[in-house]
Amino acid sequence: METKNIVENIRKKFPALAQQMNGQPLIYLDNAATSQKPLEVLELLDKMNAKVNANVHRAMYQLSDEATGLYEGARERVRQFINAPDRENIIYTSGTTASINLVAASFCQKYLMKGDVIVITADSHHSNIVPWQLAAERIGAEIRILPIDGRGALRIDMLDKMLDSKVKIVAATHISNVLGIVNPVDKIVQIAHNHNIPVLIDGAQGIVHVHVDVQKMDCDFYAFSAHKIYGATGVGILYGKSRYLNEMPPYMGGGDMVGTVTYQKTSYAPLPLKFEAGTPNFIGASALKPALDFAASVREGEVGEAVKASEQEIIKYMLNALPNEIGEVEVYGLPEGKVSSQASDDTGDKIPLFSFNIKGCNAGDVAQLLDKMGIAVRTGLMCAEPLLNSLGVTSVIRASFAPYNTLDEAKKFIECVKRAKKMLM
Amino acid sequence: MKINEIQNQIIEEFSIFTDWMDKYQYIIDLGKNLPIIDEADKKDENLIKGCQSRVWLICSEKDGKLFFKADSDAIITKGIISLLIRVYNEQTPKDILDSNLHFIDAIGLKANLSPTRANGLVSMIKQIKIYALAFAEKDVK
Repeated sequence: METKNIVENIRKKFPALAQQMNGQPLIYLDNAATSQKPLEVLELLDKMNAKVNANVHRAMYQLSDEATGLYEGARERVRQFINAPDRENIIYTSGTTASINLVAASFCQKYLMKGDVIVITADSHHSNIVPWQLAAERIGAEIRILPIDGRGALRIDMLDKMLDSKVKIVAATHISNVLGIVNPVDKIVQIAHNHNIPVLIDGAQGIVHVHVDVQKMDCDFYAFSAHKIYGATGVGILYGKSRYLNEMPPYMGGGDMVGTVTYQKTSYAPLPLKFEAGTPNFIGASALKPALDFAASVREGEVGEAVKASEQEIIKYMLNALPNEIGEVEVYGLPEGKVSSQASDDTGDKIPLFSFNIKGCNAGDVAQLLDKMGIAVRTGLMCAEPLLNSLGVTSVIRASFAPYNTLDEAKKFIECVKRAKKMLM
Repeated sequence: MKINEIQNQIIEEFSIFTDWMDKYQYIIDLGKNLPIIDEADKKDENLIKGCQSRVWLICSEKDGKLFFKADSDAIITKGIISLLIRVYNEQTPKDILDSNLHFIDAIGLKANLSPTRANGLVSMIKQIKIYALAFAEKDVK
């Protein structure tokens, strides 16, 4: 089958894509914020809300068993998807943010002392900055930043020297939500492990675009959200190595996370439940199974090849059209080996995510006009204010693509940006 | 001209546009034509809180009437505030405080703004009324 037909078939699974916005066919290019959901996910959510709605892990009746089965089945699917050694390494949370907060609070409480250091990467989302700042303030620890170079790639060459005996953890971004560059996280882990320092990877964008094998990567923690990978909102995953998860104190207390409770003292449930206090979002979590099945289906075989080809085509087109067709455009985050905005065949470490500004045009104005033309993009600080500061801007326009987006949509997008620019200049 | 007369005039001007892109072009052109303000006036104390884009609003009084100047780094925002200035310029603090802004709904502006920009619009109107209140109280004293 032709690439175009395969992508069209994928689109058919997404009812959200078939609607209009402001009287125009919706072109949804805000996938880095949240992806749309395929029919399989919507059907499972519907089925569970309507029928299989019974609390998990608690009751002795069929419905509860069925809900527990779907909930734990999805945990197994996650384990398999990232090749974690055991289900106990997969903690359900409410999202990447909650996953990182959990580690920042519990890990730092256990392993950090006053004067210790946390290293984070300069391309971090606020979710990989603020939780560490909160922990550092509580403990009296310091935060050190691994900087980026001119194109936005991490200065990996500087990492080794930064890691002295005071550094207790490295928290690195897998793929920046602004730059769309895949960081060499394997190397980061290797360098940190040479100093016996564990590494957390913020995989909010990474899990969507890169095949993640946590054992091969050897990271100590990996955090991601379900809603960016075709799943439900309010669900996230924290992968953690058993040795840390066992030693770390619980993050929240409540039901389902306990062994025995007296009014004086409580023993905790074994992993993973130790970190899952209270009734979880079991319906949303269960939807991770069909969501990850879908994610795998667009990476494998003929479909996978077609999706990859389509993405490469979109990346090449966009990196050429943004500066050359629109003109006076600055693109943030260019692929490796590409130092200017000239056309290139090499998409390298770039994912189909494009942050840019047009000289003399306010990003919010452009987005407002695009909205009227049916195009959904993100503008603003991207929850990465320090990174935008270092890029010297207060706002960017970001178009982020998913496997269901077509080259035709990219072309329409460029046409519409051209029109917006003409109106604004 | 009274506040309501100006509002009706704006509604009539917008009624010729059927397409929102044309309305936006008109607002953008209004923004481009808004007189520029002194760089010295672009200071933090003149910034309106609650707007995503930066908006500076300066108010002065002459013979019991208020005069407004504004600027923004976003041109659509600038166009919108130029409409507000047109409605409220050279009006008395009392008339401004008593006024009811119906043109915004009538031309469909609020419904056609993104939620953050709609909130920003509310903040602009609020700031204009705060100025009016301050001058009204000064007059009483």
